[in-house]
Amino acid sequence: MTVIGWLQIAAVLLCTLATAVPLGRYMARLFSGERTFLHPLLHPVERGFYRLAGVAPDRDQGWLNYAFAMLAFSAAGFAALYLILRAQGLMPFNPGQLPGLPADLAFNTAVSFLTNTNWQAYAGETTMSPFSQMAGLAVQNFLSAATGIALAMAVTRAFARAGTDQLGNFWVDMTRATLYVLLPLAILVALALVVLGVPQTLTGSVGAVTLEGAQQTIALGPVASQEAIKQLGTNGGGFFNANSAHPLENPSGLSNGLVIWAMLAISAALPITFGRMTGSERQGWAILSAMGLLLVAATATVYWAETSGTPHLTALGLDPLAGNMEGKELRFGQAMSALFVAVTTGLSCGAVNTMHDSLTPLGGLVPMLLMQLGEVLPGGVGSGLYGMVVFCVLSVFVAGLMVGRSPEFLGKKIEAREIRLAVLAVLILPLVILGFTSASALLPSALASLNNAGPHGLSELLYAYSSAAGNNGSAFAGLNANTPWFNTTLGIAMMLGRFAYVLPVLAMAGALASKPRIAASPGTFPTTSALFVGLLVGVIVILGGLQFFPALALGPIVEQVLMRDLVTF
Amino acid sequence: MSQSSKPAAFDRALLAEALIEAVRKLDPRKLMRNPVIFVTEIGAVLVTGLWLRELGQGTGQPWFSGQIAAWLWFTVLFATFAEAIAEGRGKAQAASLRQSRCDVRARRLVLPDSAEPIWENVSALDLEPGDVVLVAAGEIIPLDGEIVAGVAAINEAAITGESAPVIREAGGDRSAVTGGTTVLSDEIRIRITAAPGETFIDRMIALVEGAKRQRTPNELALSVLLSGMTLIFLIAVVTLWGLAGYSGTAVSVVVLVALLVTLIPTTIGGLLSAIGIAGMDRLIRFNVIATSGRAVEAAGDVDTLLLDKTGTITFGNRMASEFVPMPGVTERTLAEAALLASRGDETPEGRSVVALARADFGLSEPALPEAAVLVPFAAQTRLSGLDLGERRIRKGAVDAVLRHLGRSPDTVPAEFRAAVDRIARSGGTPLAVADDGQLLGVIHLKDVIKPGIRARFAELRAMGIRTVMVTGDNPVTAAAIASEAGVDDFLAEATPEDKLGYIRREQAGGRLIAMCGDGTNDAPALAQADVGVAMQTGTQAAREAGNMVDLDSNPTKLIEIVGIGKQLLMTRGALTTFSISNDVAKYFAILPALFVATYPQMGALNLMQLGSPQSAILSAVIFNALIIVALIPLALRGVRYRPVAAAVLLRRNLAIYGLGGLVMPFAGIKLIDLALTHLNLA
Repeated sequence: MTVIGWLQIAAVLLCTLATAVPLGRYMARLFSGERTFLHPLLHPVERGFYRLAGVAPDRDQGWLNYAFAMLAFSAAGFAALYLILRAQGLMPFNPGQLPGLPADLAFNTAVSFLTNTNWQAYAGETTMSPFSQMAGLAVQNFLSAATGIALAMAVTRAFARAGTDQLGNFWVDMTRATLYVLLPLAILVALALVVLGVPQTLTGSVGAVTLEGAQQTIALGPVASQEAIKQLGTNGGGFFNANSAHPLENPSGLSNGLVIWAMLAISAALPITFGRMTGSERQGWAILSAMGLLLVAATATVYWAETSGTPHLTALGLDPLAGNMEGKELRFGQAMSALFVAVTTGLSCGAVNTMHDSLTPLGGLVPMLLMQLGEVLPGGVGSGLYGMVVFCVLSVFVAGLMVGRSPEFLGKKIEAREIRLAVLAVLILPLVILGFTSASALLPSALASLNNAGPHGLSELLYAYSSAAGNNGSAFAGLNANTPWFNTTLGIAMMLGRFAYVLPVLAMAGALASKPRIAASPGTFPTTSALFVGLLVGVIVILGGLQFFPALALGPIVEQVLMRDLVTF
Repeated sequence: MSQSSKPAAFDRALLAEALIEAVRKLDPRKLMRNPVIFVTEIGAVLVTGLWLRELGQGTGQPWFSGQIAAWLWFTVLFATFAEAIAEGRGKAQAASLRQSRCDVRARRLVLPDSAEPIWENVSALDLEPGDVVLVAAGEIIPLDGEIVAGVAAINEAAITGESAPVIREAGGDRSAVTGGTTVLSDEIRIRITAAPGETFIDRMIALVEGAKRQRTPNELALSVLLSGMTLIFLIAVVTLWGLAGYSGTAVSVVVLVALLVTLIPTTIGGLLSAIGIAGMDRLIRFNVIATSGRAVEAAGDVDTLLLDKTGTITFGNRMASEFVPMPGVTERTLAEAALLASRGDETPEGRSVVALARADFGLSEPALPEAAVLVPFAAQTRLSGLDLGERRIRKGAVDAVLRHLGRSPDTVPAEFRAAVDRIARSGGTPLAVADDGQLLGVIHLKDVIKPGIRARFAELRAMGIRTVMVTGDNPVTAAAIASEAGVDDFLAEATPEDKLGYIRREQAGGRLIAMCGDGTNDAPALAQADVGVAMQTGTQAAREAGNMVDLDSNPTKLIEIVGIGKQLLMTRGALTTFSISNDVAKYFAILPALFVATYPQMGALNLMQLGSPQSAILSAVIFNALIIVALIPLALRGVRYRPVAAAVLLRRNLAIYGLGGLVMPFAGIKLIDLALTHLNLA
């Protein structure tokens, strides 16, 4: 670890913090229905959409209607994307004459982009035509992110409102998230990426002659626009198979810093939005602090583990001071690779600029754990915030009693109904991740997909299901996931991870919204103090992470202790 | 059932009875209500079965499995024991209450409205609400009711533990009588208001026995969380079987059950109902009966206390606090005259003048001359005094004394008027003193605030609880007393409607209100309040409307009731936090032990350096069982409660139960492991 490395990490995180406040406040105004500086330009467009779709923008929905709208919209999105992928061969803009996708891969990919996971069981440049990329995947990149923001706003309103079961209008939230937040930011980031050297063209590929005189075909396409929303919407599905490690997706250290910021920007701003809308910006800061604390700890662990290197590399005569550079890009270096690893999994982004399979066992444990915690640090756009709200509710419930009052969060009493729904939500991740991993570990046909045996093989399985259920989408690699078993089970894991998680959370929001807001007093459990931040961190680790400890012990932990004895798999 | 008779927590007979009851509670049908312990019991049955099979087949490690099975049973037993012992403490009280409920005969009036007492002799069990019965001195009142005619002295010791008789009479706020109490004098007619089996005593019995105990809302929510955690760990352990299979580690079912039981929150799961029963019990021993556990929880949440001024904030009577002499008169002279004039005043106010004169000037009561004639205080004259021949000393209400002097209010000296005005403005009552036709000065009578009450209110404020004084005084007087007592707000010239309105306003602002009252006109407010404490001396309507009854009829108790409610919630929270943070150490004990056979390098995670895999697993299971027993006293006694701000409480309790819960099991498990290794048990 070097001072320069830490300064780079600090610079990116500080930039994120600096933009989080204005962006968070902007979104608070936007989703409270107030005017923003973009209204003169975009409001007519927005109204036009409502008129076209026949939406009454001021008619709010209860949680059930909101959930129904979200599910219907997602189902339609899934159907459209599935058809595009299946019929790719018949669609225009297909210079490479790429055929349609097989059923299981099309299902997996459609679910993947729909749920903001962007797990890719295929290599982008050899599977997807520019049409599929732009009209299929990029559309879902926007919409799945906007859906996440909309859901987060519905949950926020549960605390901002009292005595009503109305959580807002899904169509309005969707439209505003896309039009006022994602689109302007995506345009800015795409332009910045073009300036930094990322291609943006409809040309399929160019030919080049290498120094050895060989012919090389370099795939091209609308990369910058795809890359911008991939990062901003915490989607993570790369244009190229190599994702953000590819020089045309992420050409330099500077672009690397930019795309890390882009991943974090909205998710870090949403707690501020939450705080603003619920009337306690301090609450937003407390949530953001807990996210930041764990994220920095995760980054430090990866950074330390990777720069410590491995005894194998030292035995091969490599400079131990360089650490473990396998699978990393020289132009990013250890620090910014470590930050990318932590951020992309702390968020539900899943873009990678480093091959996670090549991380040291401890370095690989961190992204796995971050995904298993439920992608809340700071989590996917929207999903991170509502996941964090669930943890806040649980923290307040467990420890809140200790001040001698029945628990309340932001003035809302937390009772049996809320707890039942919160528990239902947190149950999903261990059930899906551990259930499918365990089943795959016993299934010989699934094990045939593994590149490695022993604990490392187990890590590959565990990683895949953690990534799918957490809607992350990054891959440990080393696992050939393009098989009917994995395409189907990972698809189910992604779906459960998104919808089975968010439905109870929405129901909880509905229950909370209708409760009166109890006035705060010195007897109220303090939820904005440093102590609460510490408590929240503890609850996330103990209630969110401890159940994965046995599985992790058999995977990366045992691999780490074996590494010292030069045992590999 | 007086406040002082605390049953010893661990009386030997009580322990034995609780132990029998604990075994009875092992019935799975009863345990189902408690999912955490129910899962533990299933685990115990499973491991016992495996142990028997190992014994039969001579395979495996029966010595190890047998010990695990035994400790799993102990875990379940300790949990049921905790509940049994909490219930046992109420049982003795229930038994003594039952004695007063035994079948009594009643004289039912055939023609209730007729003055002629024609009655038939029936069993109390055959009475119905609406019947009118005749009860004479020496008889037991059969059921709860209301006096429709007559007045009687009644011994309510059966309920309140207080043997001094109380007077009950028809009409007004003192008409309610309770079944099981004894009439000491006179004869009364009572209209029965409760059916047999639903009387106050019946409810008390059910309550102290915990027979009809409903889980309170917060307890229910906590059970949901605990069940959810149990399910999560069940998933983790069941899937571990597959993962371990992949890794080539054969993990026995015995060890998986051990892992599961140590991870699920058995500590709080085992103690949860004991905490609730003990909280209720604390209230009962405080001579307060809550009609539901919900009310006790609500007491912990209260934001605003409506307190009656008289009896709670001030002593019931006004007391002399100051002598204000007129120019040319010494304070001592005034005090002497006041002392003499008060000889004929036996009211508390008169005695307080005597007391002040003695305290301030060391005056002793001089022997009265033969010729002295006492003028006793009377409500009509509103003054008292002493005639020494021609010399006439008087003390009393200002207008009464002026009338006695034959002076009109306009002719009194400016100083006198100023003193009277000042006292009235400060909320006090001025009394004039005259000697031989001359105005000597004024005595300041004031409501004396109970010592320490101001500090209590400050504590309450620190806890975030507002205090509101309710008084019939005029706003000026009320404001003066309110500021002296340090309450946050006051309701002057309060009518029952004002109280109800105030409660509704506060509730609309999202605050929970507690109040106490005794009159029928208090009933709507008592019903509206989140915590309504009715006085045992109050009317039946008030007692029905409130959700608590104070058997001592002491309105000050409201403050303590809030404390008891908070203590209940805190105990629950503290043990939950402790139970959950225990898991970290248990992982570090069991996981390395589980896999060290396949991966010897896993020994690196054996932070506690436990002797062997068997002893590590066994130690964790034993710790898990013993911690329940160790915490029973805390569950019954409650976590220490101090009235400070929530932030301070949280910091302290999080340090003790959160951090303590994290660290303590490391030491505990290590010690048990040392003992096991030393005794060659594993």
